[in-house]
Amino acid sequence: MGKLSIEDLAKIKEESKRKMNLRDGEYKAKINVHMGTCGIAAGARTIVDALLREIEKKDIKEIMVTTSGCAGLCSREPMATVEIKGGAPVKYADLTEAKIIKILNEHALAGKVVKEYALAVGSEKTTA
Amino acid sequence: MAKAYRIEVMACTGTGCVSNGAFEVIEAIREELKKKNLHSEVDIIATGCNGICALGPIMVVKPDNIFYKEITKKDVPYLVEEHFLKGRPVKKFMYTPPEEKEPIPLLNEINFFTKQVLVALRNRGLVDPEVIEDYIARDGYAAFAKAITEMTPEKVIQEITASGLRGRGGAGFPTGLKWQAVRRATSEEKFIICNGDEGDPGAFMDRSIVESDPHSVIEGLLIGAYATGASKAFVYIRNEYPLAVKRIEIAIEQARDRGLIGEKIFGLDFNFDIKIVRGAGAFVCGEETALIASVEGRLGEPRPRPPYPAEKGLWGRPTCINNVETWATVPVIISRGAKWFSSMGTATSKGTKVFSLVGKVNNTGLIEVPMGITLKEIIYDIGGGITDGKKFKAVQTGGPSGGCITAALLDLPIDYESLTAAGSMMGSGGMVVMDEETCMVDIARYFLSFTAYESCGKCTPCREGTAEMLKILERICNGNGQPSDLETLGTLSHAIKEGSLCGLGKTAPNPVLSTMKYFKEEYESHIYKKKCPAKTCRKLNEYVIDEKRCLSVGHGCDICKKECAYDAIIGQTKEAHRIIQEKCVKCGSCYDVCKFNAININ
Ligand SMILES: Cc1cc2nc3c(=O)[nH]c(=O)nc-3n(C[C@H](O)[C@H](O)[C@H](O)COP(=O)(O)O)c2cc1C
Repeated sequence: MGKLSIEDLAKIKEESKRKMNLRDGEYKAKINVHMGTCGIAAGARTIVDALLREIEKKDIKEIMVTTSGCAGLCSREPMATVEIKGGAPVKYADLTEAKIIKILNEHALAGKVVKEYALAVGSEKTTA
Repeated sequence: MAKAYRIEVMACTGTGCVSNGAFEVIEAIREELKKKNLHSEVDIIATGCNGICALGPIMVVKPDNIFYKEITKKDVPYLVEEHFLKGRPVKKFMYTPPEEKEPIPLLNEINFFTKQVLVALRNRGLVDPEVIEDYIARDGYAAFAKAITEMTPEKVIQEITASGLRGRGGAGFPTGLKWQAVRRATSEEKFIICNGDEGDPGAFMDRSIVESDPHSVIEGLLIGAYATGASKAFVYIRNEYPLAVKRIEIAIEQARDRGLIGEKIFGLDFNFDIKIVRGAGAFVCGEETALIASVEGRLGEPRPRPPYPAEKGLWGRPTCINNVETWATVPVIISRGAKWFSSMGTATSKGTKVFSLVGKVNNTGLIEVPMGITLKEIIYDIGGGITDGKKFKAVQTGGPSGGCITAALLDLPIDYESLTAAGSMMGSGGMVVMDEETCMVDIARYFLSFTAYESCGKCTPCREGTAEMLKILERICNGNGQPSDLETLGTLSHAIKEGSLCGLGKTAPNPVLSTMKYFKEEYESHIYKKKCPAKTCRKLNEYVIDEKRCLSVGHGCDICKKECAYDAIIGQTKEAHRIIQEKCVKCGSCYDVCKFNAININ
């Protein structure tokens, strides 16, 4: 490892930003994948994996990926909820790896809801 | 490419949690994560102490901040399956405050944590102490970079002076003034020292800081070296702190690798080196002149001051010696400014102070609070009140040099001056809470036995005086106290305080003086009535069997009789038992073994 310059301090801080955001609970957008038994059976774990690897590849810092229990609509799993900080959560159903990457890029990062996959805006139609 | 995770488990590996099996639990979680193929989604980080040591091993699950306590190896598969895989936090591992039914899931909603303000402990539970990048990611070494590029040494000292920071090692001397003295001293060589001897019984503030955030101490030393003109630092740590020694060693090595220790740091004309010195654990070696002697390889004995170390310290050179917590606080003052720091606290004592809260409170552990907080807030809000719903009696602050504070002063805003005015002192931050069942004479005897044992023996008042005081206190506790004892204790106390060479002797009588002041009637009861009101001093107790209870509840179980080594208990199995007082030596072992509460103390 080389000797540090003062500029390196800021660089290291930036490189560790994703990790520190996770520790501080900071995010711009949060993607919550539902991981009940039904979700897992329907492939929710590959959705999570696809998301995390894409975040790594693109070195995205401000998207938080979390999981929670069943969303109550087992027939439409895998499902995920996207929430831009301060905005209304949007639920997506019948997910695939390709769909979640599109949701990550267009909704979580660019702020545009992917209407064709969306189940509901807000959570009034489901129980989660 | 940095790996992306969705969960980070911040597992405490301070000494408290480690002794409760933290490393085994972490290993088990790692294995379980692998087994369930979650290791590329969930990471586990070994952090330093979280503070609430009574509940270890503890962990905090990020990003949601779920707080788990007392996790054992066998809990691991369920925890991993439920929370880390299915996203359902597990209630039964959460903390439920005493006298409440529902657990509190979130760390930041637990009372123990909400009233704390973390400055010296700013990174606790948030960094891996063995990874320098974690420290840098939380603005580590940026304060030093700011000092060395944007500030002159004089400006750094001005800032520290303006912040009002005072030494956290006990005496509370203004840190800026000390630095100024070392800066002004002319010498081709100057030194700085980090005092991590921490000899007070029950205190573990400094150990915890070094274990959980060693780089904060190194950065403080860098800033101090730049400000005072020193180029070599010694970190003095007691050898009984193996984990702290290991972590500071790793931190120094990493800082050296990255060029933060060595020559031409940041490519500038600034050289700096750090050496670790392990102390052998003598209490007196925490005293600055004794510590310096010990670093030089001489016998760890104090010498008269002046000259102060700032003029003539290590090998006769100007030396700046500060406590671990003082050093760890310095970087934050430089990065956030003196104004911010001095906005917390009281008129004379600024900022925050770390305390180790132990004794008869529900939440024992390590806390950092703003100066000026009341004892009531510390004991009841943070500490969660007295254990088993008992009554508060007193709190001892300042360790063996301090004194006790009674219920009447619970609303006192604490700072250096208010504690001294109350007959105690801030000290390094030990806080021992005592309930109604604590005997104050016995407490005084305990602290005196500590100082008498730790007295280095160099000066007569301390060596002979503390031994004599201890003899008297032991006599009182054993029921042989004489009416003249109280006066003798007072006279001896003043003579020792006046005549001793160093702070050890000058403060050793304090626990006796303050208990005599506030709890005189307890001393008198021991001396005149031969009774210990708290029933702690066994030689003054009379043990009597409640014969009715012995028979009806215990069915004459006979255990006490078997336990008594002096054949002082009579009665057959299934009959009521009785103690023959003439034979009883008052060892109390019958009382300890009786499962039916059938033995009373009169
Ligand atoms: C008997 C005795 C023991 C001491 N033990 C310690 C100690 O363990 N740690 C410490 O920092 N200071 C201890 N001190 C205080 C030191 O002499 C010195 O004041 C302190 O290290 C200065 O640092 P500060 O200004 O940052 O508090 C002790 C003093 C005495 C008299």
